[in-house]
Amino acid sequence: MSLIAEIAVSLLLIIGGVFVLVGSWGLAKLPSVMTRLHGPTKATTLGVGACLIASMIYFPVFGGAYSAHELLITLFLFLTAPVSANMIAKAHIHRQGRGIDANPSDHIVDGLPPPPGTSDWATFVGADKGDGATSEGRGGETRP
Amino acid sequence: MTGTILPVALGFAFVCVSLSILLNLFRLWRGPLSADRILAVDTLTINAIAMIVLFGIAYATAAYFEAALLLAMVGFVGTVAYCKFLLRGDIVE
Repeated sequence: MSLIAEIAVSLLLIIGGVFVLVGSWGLAKLPSVMTRLHGPTKATTLGVGACLIASMIYFPVFGGAYSAHELLITLFLFLTAPVSANMIAKAHIHRQGRGIDANPSDHIVDGLPPPPGTSDWATFVGADKGDGATSEGRGGETRP
Repeated sequence: MTGTILPVALGFAFVCVSLSILLNLFRLWRGPLSADRILAVDTLTINAIAMIVLFGIAYATAAYFEAALLLAMVGFVGTVAYCKFLLRGDIVE
Protein backbone atom coordinates (compact mmCIF):
# COMPACT_ATOMS: atom_id res chain seq x y z
CA MET A 1 0.00 0.00 0.00
CA SER A 2 2.79 2.34 0.95
CA LEU A 3 4.72 1.42 -2.20
CA ILE A 4 1.69 2.08 -4.41
CA ALA A 5 1.17 5.45 -2.76
CA GLU A 6 4.83 6.32 -3.16
CA ILE A 7 4.77 5.44 -6.85
CA ALA A 8 1.61 7.48 -7.33
CA VAL A 9 3.09 10.48 -5.52
CA SER A 10 6.31 10.24 -7.53
CA LEU A 11 4.43 9.96 -10.82
CA LEU A 12 2.28 12.97 -9.97
CA LEU A 13 5.35 14.97 -8.93
CA ILE A 14 7.12 14.18 -12.20
CA ILE A 15 4.02 15.04 -14.24
CA GLY A 16 3.63 18.28 -12.30
CA GLY A 17 7.25 19.28 -12.73
CA VAL A 18 7.20 18.60 -16.46
CA PHE A 19 4.00 20.57 -16.97
CA VAL A 20 5.22 23.54 -14.93
CA LEU A 21 8.44 23.57 -16.93
CA VAL A 22 6.55 23.35 -20.25
CA GLY A 23 4.30 26.23 -19.25
CA SER A 24 7.19 28.50 -18.32
CA TRP A 25 9.12 27.47 -21.40
CA GLY A 26 6.16 28.52 -23.49
CA LEU A 27 6.07 31.82 -21.62
CA ALA A 28 9.71 32.42 -22.45
CA LYS A 29 9.71 31.18 -26.02
CA LEU A 30 6.42 31.92 -27.79
CA PRO A 31 6.35 34.92 -30.13
CA SER A 32 3.56 37.25 -28.94
CA VAL A 33 1.54 38.11 -25.86
CA MET A 34 -1.58 36.32 -26.98
CA THR A 35 0.33 33.10 -27.58
CA ARG A 36 2.36 33.53 -24.41
CA LEU A 37 -0.88 33.57 -22.45
CA HIS A 38 -1.50 29.92 -23.32
CA GLY A 39 1.50 28.44 -21.55
CA PRO A 40 1.08 29.64 -17.98
CA THR A 41 -2.70 29.56 -17.91
CA LYS A 42 -3.05 25.94 -18.97
CA ALA A 43 0.15 23.97 -18.55
CA THR A 44 1.33 25.63 -15.34
CA THR A 45 -2.09 25.36 -13.71
CA LEU A 46 -2.23 21.66 -14.56
CA GLY A 47 1.29 21.14 -13.19
CA VAL A 48 0.54 22.87 -9.91
CA GLY A 49 -2.68 20.86 -9.67
CA ALA A 50 -0.68 17.64 -10.06
CA CYS A 51 1.77 18.72 -7.34
CA LEU A 52 -1.12 19.53 -4.99
CA ILE A 53 -2.78 16.17 -5.65
CA ALA A 54 0.56 14.50 -4.89
CA SER A 55 0.65 16.37 -1.59
CA MET A 56 -2.93 15.33 -0.87
CA ILE A 57 -1.97 11.68 -1.35
CA TYR A 58 1.35 11.98 0.51
CA PHE A 59 0.24 13.38 3.84
CA PRO A 60 -2.49 10.89 4.89
CA VAL A 61 -0.43 7.88 3.76
CA PHE A 62 2.92 8.81 5.30
CA GLY A 63 1.82 9.71 8.77
CA GLY A 64 0.72 13.29 8.49
CA ALA A 65 -2.76 14.57 9.14
CA TYR A 66 -5.11 15.17 6.27
CA SER A 67 -5.78 18.84 5.68
CA ALA A 68 -8.11 20.56 3.26
CA HIS A 69 -5.61 23.24 2.35
CA GLU A 70 -4.45 21.51 -0.81
CA LEU A 71 -8.01 21.09 -2.02
CA LEU A 72 -8.68 24.76 -1.31
CA ILE A 73 -5.57 25.87 -3.17
CA THR A 74 -6.42 23.63 -6.12
CA LEU A 75 -9.98 24.93 -6.32
CA PHE A 76 -8.82 28.52 -5.99
CA LEU A 77 -6.15 28.20 -8.65
CA PHE A 78 -8.48 26.46 -11.10
CA LEU A 79 -11.08 29.16 -10.55
CA THR A 80 -8.80 32.16 -10.79
CA ALA A 81 -6.44 31.17 -13.63
CA PRO A 82 -8.99 31.75 -16.45
CA VAL A 83 -10.17 34.98 -14.87
CA SER A 84 -6.69 36.44 -14.59
CA ALA A 85 -5.84 35.29 -18.13
CA ASN A 86 -8.97 36.99 -19.42
CA MET A 87 -8.07 40.17 -17.55
CA ILE A 88 -4.54 40.18 -18.99
CA ALA A 89 -5.81 39.57 -22.52
CA LYS A 90 -8.39 42.34 -22.21
CA ALA A 91 -5.86 44.78 -20.79
CA HIS A 92 -3.52 43.95 -23.64
CA ILE A 93 -6.20 44.39 -26.33
CA HIS A 94 -7.33 47.73 -24.92
CA ARG A 95 -3.79 48.86 -24.37
CA GLN A 96 -2.75 48.15 -27.94
CA GLY A 97 -5.95 49.42 -29.55
CA ARG A 98 -6.47 47.82 -32.95
CA GLY A 99 -2.82 47.05 -33.47
CA ILE A 100 -2.11 43.98 -31.38
CA ASP A 101 1.38 42.63 -31.86
CA ALA A 102 2.35 40.38 -34.71
CA ASN A 103 1.40 36.74 -34.35
CA PRO A 104 2.87 34.71 -37.19
CA SER A 105 1.37 31.41 -36.12
CA ASP A 106 -2.15 32.79 -36.44
CA HIS A 107 -1.33 34.71 -39.64
CA ILE A 108 -2.30 37.92 -37.87
CA VAL A 109 0.20 40.47 -39.07
CA ASP A 110 -0.22 43.52 -36.91
CA GLY A 111 -3.86 44.01 -36.02
CA LEU A 112 -7.25 42.55 -35.22
CA PRO A 113 -9.25 41.36 -38.22
CA PRO A 114 -12.68 42.99 -38.61
CA PRO A 115 -15.50 41.00 -37.01
CA PRO A 116 -18.21 39.41 -39.15
CA GLY A 117 -21.32 41.57 -39.31
CA THR A 118 -21.72 45.29 -39.02
CA SER A 119 -20.86 46.03 -35.40
CA ASP A 120 -17.39 46.26 -33.92
CA TRP A 121 -15.85 43.81 -31.46
CA ALA A 122 -17.93 43.82 -28.29
CA THR A 123 -15.15 44.91 -25.96
CA PHE A 124 -14.47 48.04 -28.01
CA VAL A 125 -18.20 48.82 -28.33
CA GLY A 126 -18.61 48.72 -24.58
CA ALA A 127 -15.53 50.87 -24.12
CA ASP A 128 -16.69 53.52 -26.56
CA LYS A 129 -20.27 53.73 -25.36
CA GLY A 130 -19.88 54.21 -21.64
CA ASP A 131 -17.27 56.92 -21.57
CA GLY A 132 -17.97 58.51 -18.24
CA ALA A 133 -21.71 58.59 -18.84
CA THR A 134 -22.63 55.59 -16.76
CA SER A 135 -21.94 55.12 -13.12
CA GLU A 136 -20.22 51.87 -14.04
CA GLY A 137 -17.85 53.84 -16.19
CA ARG A 138 -16.47 51.25 -18.54
CA GLY A 139 -14.95 53.76 -20.92
CA GLY A 140 -11.50 55.07 -21.14
CA GLU A 141 -8.81 53.22 -22.93
CA THR A 142 -5.68 54.62 -21.50
CA ARG A 143 -4.14 54.80 -24.95
CA PRO A 144 -6.82 54.85 -27.64
CA MET B 1 9.57 5.91 6.03
CA THR B 2 9.70 6.40 2.30
CA GLY B 3 11.71 4.49 -0.22
CA THR B 4 14.10 5.63 -2.87
CA ILE B 5 11.68 6.63 -5.62
CA LEU B 6 10.19 9.64 -3.89
CA PRO B 7 13.43 11.60 -3.26
CA VAL B 8 14.41 11.21 -6.91
CA ALA B 9 11.01 12.45 -8.07
CA LEU B 10 11.17 15.30 -5.58
CA GLY B 11 14.58 16.32 -6.86
CA PHE B 12 13.34 16.22 -10.44
CA ALA B 13 10.32 18.37 -9.55
CA PHE B 14 12.55 20.84 -7.68
CA VAL B 15 14.81 21.18 -10.71
CA CYS B 16 11.84 21.67 -13.04
CA VAL B 17 10.21 24.33 -10.86
CA SER B 18 13.51 26.15 -10.39
CA LEU B 19 14.11 26.22 -14.14
CA SER B 20 10.57 27.51 -14.59
CA ILE B 21 11.21 30.32 -12.14
CA LEU B 22 14.36 31.23 -14.05
CA LEU B 23 12.43 31.28 -17.33
CA ASN B 24 9.77 33.48 -15.71
CA LEU B 25 12.44 35.86 -14.49
CA PHE B 26 13.83 35.98 -18.03
CA ARG B 27 10.41 36.96 -19.37
CA LEU B 28 9.96 39.47 -16.55
CA TRP B 29 13.29 41.07 -17.42
CA ARG B 30 12.91 40.86 -21.18
CA GLY B 31 9.16 41.24 -21.75
CA PRO B 32 8.57 44.02 -24.25
CA LEU B 33 5.05 44.86 -23.08
CA SER B 34 3.44 45.40 -19.71
CA ALA B 35 1.12 42.45 -20.28
CA ASP B 36 4.17 40.20 -20.54
CA ARG B 37 5.45 41.39 -17.20
CA ILE B 38 2.07 40.96 -15.51
CA LEU B 39 1.84 37.45 -16.92
CA ALA B 40 5.38 36.69 -15.73
CA VAL B 41 4.58 37.85 -12.19
CA ASP B 42 1.37 35.80 -12.15
CA THR B 43 3.28 32.71 -13.28
CA LEU B 44 5.96 33.41 -10.70
CA THR B 45 3.29 33.35 -7.99
CA ILE B 46 1.92 30.04 -9.22
CA ASN B 47 5.43 28.58 -9.40
CA ALA B 48 6.10 29.80 -5.87
CA ILE B 49 3.00 27.89 -4.74
CA ALA B 50 4.34 24.77 -6.44
CA MET B 51 7.71 25.30 -4.74
CA ILE B 52 6.06 25.68 -1.32
CA VAL B 53 4.08 22.47 -1.83
CA LEU B 54 7.26 20.64 -2.83
CA PHE B 55 9.01 21.95 0.28
CA GLY B 56 6.08 20.72 2.34
CA ILE B 57 6.46 17.22 0.90
CA ALA B 58 10.26 17.26 1.25
CA TYR B 59 10.21 18.26 4.92
CA ALA B 60 7.02 16.30 5.66
CA THR B 61 5.38 19.28 7.30
CA ALA B 62 2.04 20.89 6.61
CA ALA B 63 3.03 24.22 8.10
CA TYR B 64 3.57 25.96 4.78
CA PHE B 65 0.16 25.46 3.22
CA GLU B 66 -1.33 28.58 4.74
CA ALA B 67 1.44 30.51 3.01
CA ALA B 68 0.57 28.81 -0.28
CA LEU B 69 -3.12 29.62 0.14
CA LEU B 70 -2.37 33.25 0.98
CA LEU B 71 -0.03 33.47 -2.01
CA ALA B 72 -2.72 32.12 -4.33
CA MET B 73 -5.27 34.68 -3.15
CA VAL B 74 -2.92 37.66 -3.06
CA GLY B 75 -1.45 36.73 -6.43
CA PHE B 76 -4.85 36.70 -8.06
CA VAL B 77 -5.86 40.00 -6.51
CA GLY B 78 -2.53 41.52 -7.53
CA THR B 79 -2.92 40.37 -11.13
CA VAL B 80 -6.40 41.81 -11.35
CA ALA B 81 -5.20 45.07 -9.79
CA TYR B 82 -2.34 45.36 -12.30
CA CYS B 83 -4.73 44.73 -15.18
CA LYS B 84 -7.20 47.29 -13.87
CA PHE B 85 -4.38 49.76 -13.58
CA LEU B 86 -3.39 49.15 -17.19
CA LEU B 87 -6.97 49.43 -18.37
CA ARG B 88 -8.10 52.42 -16.38
CA GLY B 89 -5.02 54.17 -15.08
CA ASP B 90 -6.42 53.73 -11.60
CA ILE B 91 -7.29 50.85 -9.29
CA VAL B 92 -9.90 52.17 -6.86
CA GLU B 93 -12.15 54.74 -8.48
